[in-house]
Amino acid sequence: MRKNLNVIAAYSIMMVLILMVGIFQSWNIALSIFNLCLISAVMTMGANIQWGYAGLINFGIMGYTALGGLAAVLISVDPVQEAWRAGGFDILMSLWLMVVMVLVIRFILKRFEKSKIRTYSIAAIIISGILLIRFSAEPGIEAIEAVDPAKTGFLGGFGLPIIFSWIVGALFAGGLAFIVGKVALGLRADYLAIATLLISEIVIAIIKHEDWLTRGVKNVIGLKRPAPYEVDLQTTDWFIKLVEKFNSGKLSVIENLADRQAALNQHVIEGSSVFVKLCYSGLFLLVVIILLILTQKALYSPWGRMMRAIRDNEEAANAMGKNVVKQHLLIFILGSAIVGIAGAMLVTQDGLFTPGSYRPMRYTFLIWVMVIVGGSGNNFGAILGGFVVWFLWIEAAPISLFLINFFTAGISETNALKAHLIESVPYFRFLLMGLGLLFIMRYRPKGILPEKIEIK
Amino acid sequence: MDFVNAIILLLNYIFIPALTYGSQLALGAIFVTLIYGILRFANFATGDMMSFGTMATILFTWYFQSLGVSLGVLPTALLAIPFGIIFMIFYMLLIDKFVFKYYRNQKSPPVQFAMVSIGVMFVTQAVVRIIIGPGDRRFFDGEKFIIKAREFKEMTGLNEGLALKSTQVITIFVTIVLVSLLFWFLNRTKTGKSMKAYSDNEDLALLSGIDPKKIVLVTWVIAGILATIGGALYGLDKSFKPFTYFNNMLPIFAAAIVGGIGNPFGAFLGGYVIAFSEILLTYAYKKFFMYVLPESLEPNSLVQLLSTDYKFAVSFSILVIVLIYRPSGIFKGKVL
Repeated sequence: MRKNLNVIAAYSIMMVLILMVGIFQSWNIALSIFNLCLISAVMTMGANIQWGYAGLINFGIMGYTALGGLAAVLISVDPVQEAWRAGGFDILMSLWLMVVMVLVIRFILKRFEKSKIRTYSIAAIIISGILLIRFSAEPGIEAIEAVDPAKTGFLGGFGLPIIFSWIVGALFAGGLAFIVGKVALGLRADYLAIATLLISEIVIAIIKHEDWLTRGVKNVIGLKRPAPYEVDLQTTDWFIKLVEKFNSGKLSVIENLADRQAALNQHVIEGSSVFVKLCYSGLFLLVVIILLILTQKALYSPWGRMMRAIRDNEEAANAMGKNVVKQHLLIFILGSAIVGIAGAMLVTQDGLFTPGSYRPMRYTFLIWVMVIVGGSGNNFGAILGGFVVWFLWIEAAPISLFLINFFTAGISETNALKAHLIESVPYFRFLLMGLGLLFIMRYRPKGILPEKIEIK
Repeated sequence: MDFVNAIILLLNYIFIPALTYGSQLALGAIFVTLIYGILRFANFATGDMMSFGTMATILFTWYFQSLGVSLGVLPTALLAIPFGIIFMIFYMLLIDKFVFKYYRNQKSPPVQFAMVSIGVMFVTQAVVRIIIGPGDRRFFDGEKFIIKAREFKEMTGLNEGLALKSTQVITIFVTIVLVSLLFWFLNRTKTGKSMKAYSDNEDLALLSGIDPKKIVLVTWVIAGILATIGGALYGLDKSFKPFTYFNNMLPIFAAAIVGGIGNPFGAFLGGYVIAFSEILLTYAYKKFFMYVLPESLEPNSLVQLLSTDYKFAVSFSILVIVLIYRPSGIFKGKVL
């Protein structure tokens, strides 16, 4: 108990802060911050597994998040029959061609010795294969995108409950990580960072512009929900009764029956959106707890010890007979898969998929700030980092507005400098994040909750 | 005649734009490579440092414009660039003193430097946005075109016009002058040579009496010059927007690595490799083939290898391929 005191203290402070937002701003805001904190926590856990356990630097978090989001779309949206009829065959054809191409390359790689001719022939196969696939898919893509472009214009998905996408998102992200890892994991740390960053940009470019699959920048809106809809709740009897019970004190003060009904309606509308957010919180919390248990178990298992050994001294671990390359690949896939889950959760919560919103600032660098600030190598630290940084990211604007007003209290409202500062309040969050990261790196390089390894 | 038309078409839509864009990338790439070679880290704040320099230039441009100072046909920004550079160098030295110096003395691993540079990126981004705002800023004035497409057509009687923007000429001219000066400095002067030595082997350089403080200072000064001029030229040619500058970091990194990171000449060429491949692969060649091929063979489609949406993806793919097959870059050779 004693040695975990700082963990408990840090988490209690965080909870109090969120409760304060609930009391002083509104419960709606507090809960949406809390939900996004939970999603950020899942992302940081993924990045922490890679960076904290194994020392692998992955700046491609944005790409895996987007793939998780894509999974949510592909799983939950109903299939567009017309589009399948129009171009499904061409798409399946090109998919089949792609599989054939990969198999042929594998065959060549297995069958022939490494030589210049082999490299060139593989390059030739890839280039001609891409051209072939492009030309065979072209008519299908055009046909699909022509199907009711204002509403669909894409193949749609499988029409399954969106919850499944959390697993599929992990599979997608893990699959991409397998390819990326095979290709790039041999690189030096800072090269790996740049390579993963650029690969994630390529992924985003594909998601943005392959309209037949993702609807691209036209966005997919109105995804199914695992939680009830506000509109339905507002007309359900048990929910109205529940709200009435909760607010009975406030309602009984109002004498007039019509006024009381109006007040109740107001409470029902507010309550319904809080209730929906609570449903999400429950689901997300479940995911976070399951992942936390699994990652903690892994951290203290022989496997976790091996990972740390590899991280701290690769050569020594190699000499002890550990397969460094394989373990790196494994942990790269695992971490990315967790990020994929978070991506799917994010889209589930928002109910919409907007490829244009995936930007490295928000989905890669911010997550890294969370990992570093929270404490790399420590799962509780990573989750805390997610909470603290997301909280500050959201609350930075009100805080800085307050500070500006406080420091410029003596200056008149029409002062140009003051007006300019107040106008640029949204950008103070970048300043806060940057300064926070720099201070933590300088004075507490292991993060708020540093890694703690107990040797039994 | 058709053949000449085709050539002019390629010049107008591929060669000149790619040369301009490549020059802008090349300046940024040399900046990245110098920092990497001498201070030994991948600077993720590259794009934002360039936007900071450009911002300073824009502020001075506005100041000169308000004073009524101008260069006639040339953009006023050219007058403001030296002041922007001074401002930029001052900012960079400040950051170095308060941030990077500590880690240099600690001999931190490059990854930690990269993380720190992300912190610097956040701060710089905030400073730029707070001072000048996130919006699009155009600060070009003076004569816009040297040759207009219509005039060119009238002059030569060809179907295709060749437009030559003054910013394009300025960009290419300034880049050539700056890069030649830089290579002269690195290869011929004592300070330049000691920089090379420091980048080659730090311990040996220290043993032979090279002052590391001076090397770091000179590196930041050169970096400031390159960042400001590169950023200002990009802003003059297109427009200034902090977010675009942040994104430009990626092709700049690609250029630096393709050319062999730590090798300024490689970075210079890398900029053009990236720019040309981006534009060559995403250009629709239909019109070109219409001029060159006989009528019966004319293509129906756009003859575009990749849609323009994939412009960035092209340079990144090149980079990934280079990283995998030749991690030391295309133009190997000695470091710096």
